[in-house]
Amino acid sequence: MDSTEARLDRIRGKVPPRNHNARTIAALSSNPGCARRAIMDAAGADKQRLAAHAGFPAGFGQSQFAITRGNAFEAQVKANGCAELLRLLRDQLRLPIPEVSYDNLEEVGGDASRELRHARTRHLLMRTAASGRDAGTLFDHPLLRLEVGGRAVYLEPDLIAFRLNGRFHVVEIKSFAVIDGQADGGKVAAAVIQSAVYVLALRQLLAELGIGPDAVADEVILVCPENFANQPTAAALDVRKQLTVLRRQLARLQRVDTLLDLLPAALTFDLDPDPAGTPRRPAADLADAVRAVPARYAPECLASCEMCFFCRDEARGATAALGRAVRDELCGVEHVASVLSLARGADPGPGELAEAAQVLRSAARLRQEGLGEAV
Amino acid sequence: MSTLTSLARALAVERGRAQPLCTVRHLHVSDRPLVVVPLAMAGEANAPLAAMAGDDPRSPALLVVSQPRNRDDRFAFAAELADVIVPYIEGFLGAEEAVPGGPGREPRTRLADAPQLLVPSPAGIAFVRLLGRSTRFRRAEGPYPVPERVPALGRWLTFLAERAEYPGSSLLLAATDALAGHWASGQSPAEDLNLAALAGWIEPPDGLSGWEAAAAAEDPLTWPPAGPATDPTFDNEVLAPLIAAHDQARAAGDIAAMGRVRTRLEQALASQLLPTWRLMWRAVELLRGLPPGGHVGMRWCADKDVFTGYVDYLREGGPPQPRRDTAVAAARRLATLERLLAACSAQRAFDDPLVMAEFRLSGEAMAGPVTAAEPGRQDTSGPRRKLRPHITMETSDPVLLDLGAVLSSPARPRQEARVLSVSAAGAGRTRVVLELAGGMGRGLAAAPGSVPEVGEVVCYATFSDGYQRPPAFPELADTPWTHGGPPPAYVPSDEDAREVWS
Repeated sequence: MDSTEARLDRIRGKVPPRNHNARTIAALSSNPGCARRAIMDAAGADKQRLAAHAGFPAGFGQSQFAITRGNAFEAQVKANGCAELLRLLRDQLRLPIPEVSYDNLEEVGGDASRELRHARTRHLLMRTAASGRDAGTLFDHPLLRLEVGGRAVYLEPDLIAFRLNGRFHVVEIKSFAVIDGQADGGKVAAAVIQSAVYVLALRQLLAELGIGPDAVADEVILVCPENFANQPTAAALDVRKQLTVLRRQLARLQRVDTLLDLLPAALTFDLDPDPAGTPRRPAADLADAVRAVPARYAPECLASCEMCFFCRDEARGATAALGRAVRDELCGVEHVASVLSLARGADPGPGELAEAAQVLRSAARLRQEGLGEAV
Repeated sequence: MSTLTSLARALAVERGRAQPLCTVRHLHVSDRPLVVVPLAMAGEANAPLAAMAGDDPRSPALLVVSQPRNRDDRFAFAAELADVIVPYIEGFLGAEEAVPGGPGREPRTRLADAPQLLVPSPAGIAFVRLLGRSTRFRRAEGPYPVPERVPALGRWLTFLAERAEYPGSSLLLAATDALAGHWASGQSPAEDLNLAALAGWIEPPDGLSGWEAAAAAEDPLTWPPAGPATDPTFDNEVLAPLIAAHDQARAAGDIAAMGRVRTRLEQALASQLLPTWRLMWRAVELLRGLPPGGHVGMRWCADKDVFTGYVDYLREGGPPQPRRDTAVAAARRLATLERLLAACSAQRAFDDPLVMAEFRLSGEAMAGPVTAAEPGRQDTSGPRRKLRPHITMETSDPVLLDLGAVLSSPARPRQEARVLSVSAAGAGRTRVVLELAGGMGRGLAAAPGSVPEVGEVVCYATFSDGYQRPPAFPELADTPWTHGGPPPAYVPSDEDAREVWS
């Protein structure tokens, strides 16, 4: 039997692996039952490219306006050794932060290999933690590692960590606006869950060094533009709830090797590119390979997974494709065809469908009465 | 959302076409609505990029911002939009209508009609709210002066966006909400937020199924997003180079080049807006195709009352809406929202048997034939005889009624029915005996038709569409200390007016 690494390498094919980031982990944990996404992410497959080649390209492009604005805002907050950020932490959140230095961990002497960067992050954080006092450093771009589905994945966080009163704090900079003290709920929720991923990864790193979870604060600091200007504002957010959710979801994520055991040994998503990089693998063949890994599609996938259109097409006729609420209201019956045949009086047989059948028949009768047309 | 609406979705999946959720229309559609399709620049808090607006499907006004990050360009856009929206709204300030008085109410007058703004989706309503917020505090004098109509626009947009939160209000509507409230598509509610996809399910082009029409609608090349967010590929490949070219021409002071780029920018943005513009008017036609429900006119009158009230407030020189509600205003508003939600849901059920069916399925209403009636029965227990007919009805609906519960019926809304007994009638049916009171005339014999006869199919619900008294709230000056005590009077500050919009 091949090692898990070797199998994942074969599944990915002859392309470099793609890194996880907090966004992909947050997305993964929002649908932990999806083996397809778990395998593809574990293998570092290029989902966008695969979906496109299988005939279901998903537009997850980002507007350059949004990117420019995000970068500009971040640069503004971090300019001059994070002067703006320090002002917010001191004045707005009233944190007694002494004189600090700023250390960007993105580059390690010109070499940016992940192992090296992670090692440096570990070393510096350990030294700070061991020193017993607040070393007065803002660590930018630490490279973290998190156990996902039984495998360690590197995280490229866009965050700043600093230590105060013996605890590390995570700062997340986002460019959506907070207007009159209120921001878009969906965006805040996404930012908070991403920050929770960082808190978790930071705790895991410190745990490896024998340092308890208390060393990382439950509160993260979110920095956003205020109102319609570019002036930043900061808010402390409690992520304990998100941490609980995340831990539970990550624990529920099946171990990748267990998932692999159920898949054909020769499975690969390799596109067999010619020297110019054009895929030679027939689309139908790739689609068959993708279908060999079971998916669990839900409409939420449309916002977070590049494979969404492929899986949606596959899930056509399933009540889950209409959304969790609709499926629940249809008494959890799995397929639209069964819903309708039960509604039209089909015998549910003994067992759990009997009650569903009764509700659906009543619904069909009432709809027919109200509309005067057969269901 | 209920089992019935979900069943309609299942049917839409099977039939490849949206299925009706209502037999009547539950919102008001103006004879002359103002359609506004706004676009905003990605990544910015509220940077208008373009808009198509107007009350005539054949001649929309196209508004374009050449550099959405430029403050002056933004305010120029706000002024142009104000030129479309403010005169439209002020067009309703003339004609008044008389409202007859009632018990405890003086006769009065109100504006005879009110404006109606239509945007593509809930995100469009959010845009209206934000644009209102960023313009309503501006001033025509002092530093950074803006044209007088810009703050006027801001107040109106804020007023409309606030009203849009009230159940049953039709002053500002999102087309996707309006359509999805009346038709069930074969896709998820999240996908219904795409106006083109939803319209594709409701009215697929010839030869296409709802599936195919919705899939086509997801291609941003044929159906650009209905906004305010634009297609990222359009941003990167078309918009960014044009904006850069315009910046360059402006920096060089090359007026001719600016004009040329501007024309191309307008063409590009028009191509993004026109499909949605047409779709908006198709949505209007689809909604007009449904007959209005019985209570729609009443709810529109409430809208007219609120509109008239705000016009009066403005005429008295009231300041712009504050950034945050006071405690009393917030509590009053929440209570009103709850009350309206309940009232509106009851009214919809009374207007529409298909909506009532949802309540019958959940046991909050029942329908069936009358099997026995004593129309002349009198209650002689008290000092005065009272006409209290009894009727017996049988229903197949799941009945979850308490003895003594008071029910009402859409057919006789002014009559109360008290549940006297509930018993099984065999074959899954339930027999219910009801005692009727009210709505039968003054004498001791029921007026003809006021008591259901044997054989008539009747429907009774545990709720009624009647007026409910709003709860009492303290005056602003009596705000309890638990809520911060009486708030200082809101005075718009110079700071509000000068706020950066960058």
